[in-house]
Amino acid sequence: MVDRLRILRLARRTLWQAVPTVFGILLLNFLLLRLIPGDAVDVLASESGGATEATLALWRSHFGLDLNLGQQLLAYLTHLAHLDLGVSPRFNMPVSQLVFDRLPNTLLLMVGALGLALTIGIAAGVLMATWVGRWPDRLLSLAVLVLYSAPGFWIGLMAVVVFSVTLGWLPSDGIETLGLDLHGMAWLTDRLKHTVLPVLTLSTFYIALYARLTRASMLEVQRQDFVRTARAKGLPPTRIAVRHVLRNALLPVTTLAGLHFAALFGGAAVTETLFGWPGLGRLTLDAVLSRDYNLLLGILLLSSMLVVLVNVSMDLLQAWLDPRIQVE
Amino acid sequence: MSIIAIQPTKRGHSESVWAALRRNPAVLTGAGILILTLAMALSAEHFFPGDPMDMVAAPLLWPGADPAYPLGTDSLGRDVASGIAYGARASLLIALSATLLSVTLGVAVGALAGYHGGRLGDVLMRITEVFQTVPSFLLVIVIVAIGNPTVNIIALAIGISSWPTVARLIRAEFRTLREADFVTAARSQGFNNRTIILHEILPNALAPLVVTASILVASAILIEAGLAFLGMSDPNKPSWGGMIGSGREQIASAWFLTALPGLAIIFVVLALNMLGDGLNDALNPRLRRYLP
Repeated sequence: MVDRLRILRLARRTLWQAVPTVFGILLLNFLLLRLIPGDAVDVLASESGGATEATLALWRSHFGLDLNLGQQLLAYLTHLAHLDLGVSPRFNMPVSQLVFDRLPNTLLLMVGALGLALTIGIAAGVLMATWVGRWPDRLLSLAVLVLYSAPGFWIGLMAVVVFSVTLGWLPSDGIETLGLDLHGMAWLTDRLKHTVLPVLTLSTFYIALYARLTRASMLEVQRQDFVRTARAKGLPPTRIAVRHVLRNALLPVTTLAGLHFAALFGGAAVTETLFGWPGLGRLTLDAVLSRDYNLLLGILLLSSMLVVLVNVSMDLLQAWLDPRIQVE
Repeated sequence: MSIIAIQPTKRGHSESVWAALRRNPAVLTGAGILILTLAMALSAEHFFPGDPMDMVAAPLLWPGADPAYPLGTDSLGRDVASGIAYGARASLLIALSATLLSVTLGVAVGALAGYHGGRLGDVLMRITEVFQTVPSFLLVIVIVAIGNPTVNIIALAIGISSWPTVARLIRAEFRTLREADFVTAARSQGFNNRTIILHEILPNALAPLVVTASILVASAILIEAGLAFLGMSDPNKPSWGGMIGSGREQIASAWFLTALPGLAIIFVVLALNMLGDGLNDALNPRLRRYLP
């Protein structure tokens, strides 16, 4: 009961603290995008081979581009209050529909990569901490350091050379085989095969990061008094490593996993371009190149909101795991 | 009296850090690679006279096929070795200026927020949080799209998106150090805030800042490579990420076009990380006991 009250109080505070961040994000995105020279109507006109001044003006008023800065921000905020993200001039579709069509693909990529990175990274970190200073630690540390230093997209390309070009095991383009009408298990296998390389590509850096973090964190916890007590009680070493050390060592790792969610959006942009993955990252690049403000604003807003949401839930998860966290 | 007492300990500390760095083989290797890369970037014109973007030989020569072009040529007949040497210039220039910018911004914001605290500190940390929440690579893409993909704009974009790390670090250091005895002593001697921030607290926060800066340079190189891979780099200057991006078209037939510039990135970033880890161990003696 007391604990539920504590978490409720924490939830209220964290949500309240997120409000100015959300508004700041809105303002930053809006001001940034206003600085872009030329607008979507210019692009439309050049693509349709030119247009008269009257047509340009008509298009601008149709998309609300002829209003002044304050009015545009106000109009945007009003639309947002109605959960309307506007229309993308480029695709001639509602932004929210475009974004929500692509979002599941990107989330699949990000969640897959984060899951893979946490699993392999924590396992490697535990191994390194267990054999600290001896050869398994040194070998793994070197491998992890190389992985930490390599651009993920480069490792992805090298994996394409090995697994797609040379061995022919895995596809390197798209999210499913085009032209095939697959169902059931065959469909699932096809999708999984297309997912392996993109998820691997996105996760490489984070595997290395979590391995390093877990190792450092385990070494830190191992020196604490309660671990010495556990050892003095004669508990088996594996039990100490898992129940006493790892559980406490994972706290900083979970905090950071929330923060890395924002960085994964960036990594997804490169990965999606590399593998022709129809997600939000590639949509962002399309939006930038065609100067589609509404779309770009929608994507940036949505990805930042997701980051805020993930951070809030991570804070609450942390509070639930660690009863020492209180509202001061 | 007190000056005499302080100076020997200070010198002793810096000497032990220096000695710890020199004893660490990873630090020496990292420093060696970085010096070589820097030399390569500076002497590119001497070894590869002529424009690296010019066609010099038959396209798609494999490494070793022609001794004049030891690393081969790309699909437009450009010398890969020359591209890698000139590419080091773009990578290092962008990474170093971006880091300089983010360290300056981060130290300014972090020092003000940590030293003064209060309302100003709150507002500054809110701004920091906004920049930390917005996906930074997307922010870089947007800024580069607003400007042009020139070296200056790319450095500016990376600097703007990565200063929050520094700001949070410096704020934490300043919050601890502003209560320290030597700061109270300086204040009681009538030093103004500027002098206390710049000459009393900042030098004591330098150790973690140096470690963070080395990591920032490494991550700036990776960000620049990703950006160039997406085609957002100066079209008239070779860059490692750009070479990977254009080599991708021939990945099935000539994978070395992708592999070689990637290896260049790995070597430099690895060197920076080894240096950063070594500095961290040397400046953070508490962790030294874990070293064998």
